[in-house]
Amino acid sequence: MSNAADMPVLRARGLRKEYGKGEGLVRAVDGVDLDIGAGETVAVMGPSGCGKSTLLHLLGGLDRPSGGEVSLNGHRIDDIGEKALARLRRTAVGFVFQSFHLMEELTAVENVELSALLAGRSPRAARRRAEDLLEQVGLADRARFLPSALSGGQRQRVAVARALSNEPLVVFADEPTGNLDSAATMDVLQLFEGLHESGQTLVVVTHDARIAATADRMISMRDGALIDETRLTGGTTGQLGALIGLED
Amino acid sequence: MLGRILLVGRLAVRDLRRRRIEAALLLLAIMAATTTLTLALVLRDAASDPYQSTRAATHGPDVVAGVYQPAKLSGLEELAGAAGVIDHSGPYPVAPAKLQASGRTSDVQVVGRDAAPASVDQPELIQGSWVRDGGVVVEAAFANALHVRVGDPVTLDSRSFEVVGVAVTAAMPPYPGASCIVAIGCVNGAITDEVPPGLLHNPGLVWLTQADVRSLTTDSLSYVMNLKLADPAEAQAFVANHGEHGGATPMQPWENILEDATELARDSQILLLIGAWLLGLLAVAGLSVLVGGRMADQTRRVGLLKAVGGTPSLVAAVLLAEYVLVAIVAAAAGLAVGSLAAPLLAESSAGLIGSAGTPSMTMSTVGLVTAVALGVAVVATVVPAVRAARSSTVNALADSPRPPRRIGWLIAISARLPVPLLLALRVAARRPRRVVLGVVSIAITVSGIFVVLVLNAFLTTQPLAGGYADAQVEVLRQVLLVWIVILLSLAAVNAIVITWATVLDNRHSSALARALGATPRDVSTALAAAQVLPALVGAVVGVFPGGFALFAAINAITGGDSDRATLPSLWQLLAVVLATVLVVAALTAVPARLGGRRPVTETL
Repeated sequence: MSNAADMPVLRARGLRKEYGKGEGLVRAVDGVDLDIGAGETVAVMGPSGCGKSTLLHLLGGLDRPSGGEVSLNGHRIDDIGEKALARLRRTAVGFVFQSFHLMEELTAVENVELSALLAGRSPRAARRRAEDLLEQVGLADRARFLPSALSGGQRQRVAVARALSNEPLVVFADEPTGNLDSAATMDVLQLFEGLHESGQTLVVVTHDARIAATADRMISMRDGALIDETRLTGGTTGQLGALIGLED
Repeated sequence: MLGRILLVGRLAVRDLRRRRIEAALLLLAIMAATTTLTLALVLRDAASDPYQSTRAATHGPDVVAGVYQPAKLSGLEELAGAAGVIDHSGPYPVAPAKLQASGRTSDVQVVGRDAAPASVDQPELIQGSWVRDGGVVVEAAFANALHVRVGDPVTLDSRSFEVVGVAVTAAMPPYPGASCIVAIGCVNGAITDEVPPGLLHNPGLVWLTQADVRSLTTDSLSYVMNLKLADPAEAQAFVANHGEHGGATPMQPWENILEDATELARDSQILLLIGAWLLGLLAVAGLSVLVGGRMADQTRRVGLLKAVGGTPSLVAAVLLAEYVLVAIVAAAAGLAVGSLAAPLLAESSAGLIGSAGTPSMTMSTVGLVTAVALGVAVVATVVPAVRAARSSTVNALADSPRPPRRIGWLIAISARLPVPLLLALRVAARRPRRVVLGVVSIAITVSGIFVVLVLNAFLTTQPLAGGYADAQVEVLRQVLLVWIVILLSLAAVNAIVITWATVLDNRHSSALARALGATPRDVSTALAAAQVLPALVGAVVGVFPGGFALFAAINAITGGDSDRATLPSLWQLLAVVLATVLVVAALTAVPARLGGRRPVTETL
């Protein structure tokens, strides 16, 4: 017997993603079973090309699996239509990408309110929420700046704020510090730590063991399959930078 | 809903502002078509306005009737009393004569009028005063052609008169389209042989007092009468019902005079309409490439929109909104420029009152021009927009370019060619649709040039064959000039846009070729040659069958006689093809050179 409280917010069973046919068949994700609980931070690690990003895309509804099931909050998302997937992406999940993916022609605040406007919120409510989020990520004074006028770390913080715009069930981050220098990496890590503390469910794909060390759980992938799972000590607290070796 | 509309509008406007040059090119391309179409439609609507103004100002007749012998004047008297006729003027005597003025001689039809104003067809004076003994009033278009003004001396059949006035009438089409009201008959248009003795050739119209007309001749007088009907719309029926007078009392309803009087405006309008459609096609070809190129550039943007929850329809709406916005601005600008320029092309004749085009911006014109602008934008945009909206979100985020086509046999053939040609053929083979658009764009332009050459030669050698006076030839020349300037401008924009789209699309392959040993010159030459080869094909197709087909279509629509036209000589056609290739090579040289010199490491 299970009750609602025990139900994982994200669940994958026998998840597969294949490209090509016959001898050219590539299994980017190969039979992944995974449960992620509410408020949990999970780091996905592995060498380049092992299928980490593909798994993230499948779990977040950015891509469709070749087989298996994905459920978000108890609802299957692997077999729903394109419109329903779009609705899911703007209401239930948020994404943070390695290369930020901000709209270059929109200011920081306009980028953040993008999801809210797509979700049908009124322009005024969307703007209020976006300004609150920018304040939370420490960029209230950069709200009217175009992305080109922001540093890499600032851009990524704008992307995080955008991912949180519609209070998603899960935030997916794909190499969120991959394009950042050490100082900016620190900023983003602290941001993620704050999210973790606030109970936000997070799935982070990373190459960087120092970032993985901040998670509740670390799973390792190779050739599309999960090969190892390590439960950490509930993420980091306190002197994050010192813990992960970014500060002396 | 409001939020989404705001979002779509914001993204469209911001992206246009971010890419101002591309937005300006889009605007110019659509505006070329909308301006020409507006000119054509305004001319169509305006064609009848000056005649109607003249008709109102001169109390123009509904039917003009004539007899060629004094003995048949009773026929005119009967018509004046016929049912439906509420007023008339005349009968007035008409004599043929030769007029000499400023060293030029011209045949004329001299109408004898009373000094007192008539209730039907009282010609409206533009200069001077009405007829008096010894004073002649000259029809305005004829006066314009002869360069005579009030006070000038003229002779009529060697008798001296003074020009006392210049006037317009609605009872006859302006010079040189005058209808024949003299007994001896007239020949209009160009003739290769001598004019048969006695016949008037392209006669002008002048008015004298009746006494002066009778003093010119008594032998060959004919008579005209102007009739006013209770219902002007019944003029055609009136002429048909009184057909028993047949050849003895030839009659002309006002609608026929209107048709002859507005022939020039109609010809201009047909040329402009055909020009508008050609430009519309050119705009679609250019826009398709431009939009396709931009869409490739927007792949990541599309991916991002979808990643944050944009549905395919919203993505398509965002992409379409940009071009719809440009189309609406282009339609408004085209309507404004077209309606302002129309009067310059619509001064149909000095023989009519009023400036054509001034009052004729109608809702249907606005609607049609806007619809064409939107149509051009949507036709050019819808395929890439839908393709982008349906694309994989993950691929779009990774900014993967659309995989190019592989044409195996072309790759095999190109392997035997020098490096620049090898690269050029492979560049062209990657995007066959773009090559086709390039060929079509050049073919349309060259077809337009072909027709302009033919019409220009026709207007130079035999303007009167079309019933055109010098001023009218000038108007048609202006129409052709508008045609060719817009056509060439748009074709030049297309050539540059296509080259630049090719440069962008081949960034990686060009950098790779250079990494493998090709020189920047090889790459630049290849990129330029990839445009020049389709231009050569387009130029040849544009001459034959393109130019011949377009000219045949214009003749079919206007009822023109293609036998009278002089087709361009072989050397002219070869020059057009050669010039086209050279111009395309020059236009594409700069973007190709820029593309060939991009730093390899930056791209790879």
